[in-house]
Amino acid sequence: MTRETAIGLFLVAVLLAFPLVASALGEPFYITLATRMAVLALAAVGLNLALGLGGLVSFGHAAFFGIGGYVAGILTSHAFNQEPIFSAPFEFMGSDQMPVVWLFAVLVSALAALPMGAISLRTSGVYFIMITLAFAQMIYYFAMSWPAYGGEDGLPILSRNAFPGLNTANPLSLFAICYGLLMVALLVFAVLRDSRFGAALLASRQNATRLAAVGIAPFPIRLAAFVISAAITGLAGALYADLNRFVSPSMLSWQMSGELIVLVILGGTGRLFGPVAGAMLFVMIEFVLGGITEQWQFFLGLILLGVVLFARGGLVGVLAGKVRHG
Amino acid sequence: MAEPVLSIRDLRKTFGALKATDGVSIDLMPGEIHALIGPNGAGKSTLIHQIAGSIRPDSGSIRFLGQDVGALGVAGRARMGLGRSFQISSLALEFSALRNVMLAVQSRQGSSFRFLKDVLRDRSLTEPAMAALERAGVAARAHVPAAELSHGERRQLEIAIALALGPKAFLLDEPMAGMGPEGSRTLTGFLDGLRQEAPILLVEHDMDAVFALADRISVLVYGRIIASGTVDEIRSHPEVRRAYLGEAA
Amino acid sequence: MSTALLIEQLLNGLQFGVMLFLMAAGLTLIFGVMGLINLAHGSLYMVGAFACAAVAAATGSFWLGLVASLAAAAAAGALVEIVVVRRLYDRDHLDQVLATFALILIFSEGTRWLFGSFPLYLDIPSALSGAVELPGGARYPLYRLAIIGVGIVVAAGLYTLISKTRLGMRIRAGESDREMIGALGVDIRTLYTVVFALGAALAGLAGALVGALQSVQVGMGEPVLILAFVVIVIGGIGSIKGALIGAILVGLVDTLGRFLLPKLFVAFMGPSQGTTMGAAIASMLIYVVMAFILAFRPRGLFSANA
Repeated sequence: MTRETAIGLFLVAVLLAFPLVASALGEPFYITLATRMAVLALAAVGLNLALGLGGLVSFGHAAFFGIGGYVAGILTSHAFNQEPIFSAPFEFMGSDQMPVVWLFAVLVSALAALPMGAISLRTSGVYFIMITLAFAQMIYYFAMSWPAYGGEDGLPILSRNAFPGLNTANPLSLFAICYGLLMVALLVFAVLRDSRFGAALLASRQNATRLAAVGIAPFPIRLAAFVISAAITGLAGALYADLNRFVSPSMLSWQMSGELIVLVILGGTGRLFGPVAGAMLFVMIEFVLGGITEQWQFFLGLILLGVVLFARGGLVGVLAGKVRHG
Repeated sequence: MAEPVLSIRDLRKTFGALKATDGVSIDLMPGEIHALIGPNGAGKSTLIHQIAGSIRPDSGSIRFLGQDVGALGVAGRARMGLGRSFQISSLALEFSALRNVMLAVQSRQGSSFRFLKDVLRDRSLTEPAMAALERAGVAARAHVPAAELSHGERRQLEIAIALALGPKAFLLDEPMAGMGPEGSRTLTGFLDGLRQEAPILLVEHDMDAVFALADRISVLVYGRIIASGTVDEIRSHPEVRRAYLGEAA
Repeated sequence: MSTALLIEQLLNGLQFGVMLFLMAAGLTLIFGVMGLINLAHGSLYMVGAFACAAVAAATGSFWLGLVASLAAAAAAGALVEIVVVRRLYDRDHLDQVLATFALILIFSEGTRWLFGSFPLYLDIPSALSGAVELPGGARYPLYRLAIIGVGIVVAAGLYTLISKTRLGMRIRAGESDREMIGALGVDIRTLYTVVFALGAALAGLAGALVGALQSVQVGMGEPVLILAFVVIVIGGIGSIKGALIGAILVGLVDTLGRFLLPKLFVAFMGPSQGTTMGAAIASMLIYVVMAFILAFRPRGLFSANA
């Protein structure tokens, strides 16, 4: 077992232990904190696929996070209010079942990512960063001005969705669900990274010319990575909305896109457990520093600047050393 | 009369006022090493780029294995079997030499949309890749990241990658560049044996290697082929001597 | 729909475009010469606005405030360049995005610390507070016309600077070959600091000018920044001409879109649905246009070489 894997497993164990301890001590707030870590980590795993492995600097991943959130919000509120979303060709009343909501979140995010990626990936460098940002802004402004689902004020989700066999109102159960999905996503990431697809994706980041010269076109590989990445981040968005019982355009904002990139960087870009480390670190900073001052983001900025300038590999990089691709 | 493997007809490319390729026609016959020489700025690199597919010519045709490949991009032509090495080594630097070659093997075997099997445990990838590394003489460095390889080793790695593609033709852009005499000798010997596998269109400045290897030589000056023939014919060709050596020839 | 109203909206669009140009020109210069993507540009806009408001409130003079905004923004820009940005020139875009994003956080929260979360108010100077009679009978604010005037002056000034001065020559040389001008003995470090400070000053100016129209508050710069990026992406990164044309285009499309689209949709969908739909589409319009342009010209309309 490499040092990196050991560190990763340790982090994953801490993330599990933390809410269990909190539960035993009767402090449900910390369980929710851990759930927040797990959900943000999941969102970052999605971005890590496109950004960390593929080198695709997407400044618009909040679009998928928000789409996932709104899918959850819309499906749940229609089910709650017993109002059909549409009535033809058949009546669809939304859903308050988590697996159904997740399925829709994943599908809609992936479907949105297809045209977005197809257009954006024709550009590169700064243009790519800007166009992904612009797409997310499009969706953000649309959500802001669409009153049916709250517009600027957002959409409260009045009931928590159900998961067969569990009482999802129980914070620990909800944590378990989110943590379980995070573990699945990490497994998916690892398998993809080690597969032929992953090899092509890693190569497309290092040297796209070389990839084409051996006969593999970079564009389809990147597009597939972008879509899968969007699906995972979209799933996280649905969970986030469910956790907070609220979805608002802020989930679609450029600040959220920036936050997602920060999560990936803090933990270590491209590392399997980077998103876990990044999310845990970020939520801790937010919690600890946020408790001290309202201007805690000032310090987040300083930390981030420090990481970018001096600790390029993020937390996992610092602890585990350079990546060996074998 | 055998069919040419690669057939370029009347290729033209202009950049603004500069005629980089001015009506070039070249054939690459099976089993031959066809060297392309010319003074600096003659347009050799531009020509290679057009054949490989990274630059679109303004007019003219490129036929590979009997097919017009004008509409195909770099990846498409590579899949058809056009192997290429770069003048300035272009490698996936974080990957080991082995993984670089495995990419080529993976491409040759078909689709890269395989999501499940771990490539490092996949014998159908690692074994052909190691074999190619062996042939190129660089198997000892298989697990070293490409960034840590010496210049000569990177050259060899490029050759290994080209081999692993099982190409039907090689485009080699100054493979000897930056090699010392020992390295050049080894590479020359290697390329000599390679011509049986697939014909080579060789762009080179190293005249010793060219005269030792080439079956035919074409001379490119200011985007035009001014002479084409055997080694002896070219050596004594007056225009070639003038282009390279000036009037005192 | 009256001609007067249309002309008013056109002028508003021009004014918006001018303001975007001030932002975009700096951004595109910085990218063209230094290859740096600078998310902190919106913060420099904000610094300019705050400096103007603070000084104007303290001294009672908008004009002094304007001078202060230029000075403060340029100084902030130079400081940021020397301390942070310098280390980023050789890094990849991701690092630049993150580092400048970090700067946004630092600037925003820092400003909140100094000035609190409530907006500052900046009054239009009395000399410019009147209105001008337009053809068609409408009265248009003099101040907005003045902003358009400023834009023309700045555009002309930049053109002269870039094409007729030695600094401009160095800038153009820097845009096409960074390594070369270093080899030729041009002091790159100072050149870069100057270019960055120049861009910052333009941003600060824009912030100060707009501060009198809207309020001065933390976070005012980022929406403008994003639009400025849309402008330079449409216009072609590195091209000042592209920035100007892109800015006018974006300004007009956005303003006219917000004005006309709701009316258009109301005609089809009735008043309440139409207004909502129209407003929603209008807010997305400029991004749709950008995506459309990039789909056909992935490097923008007038991209410079690199």
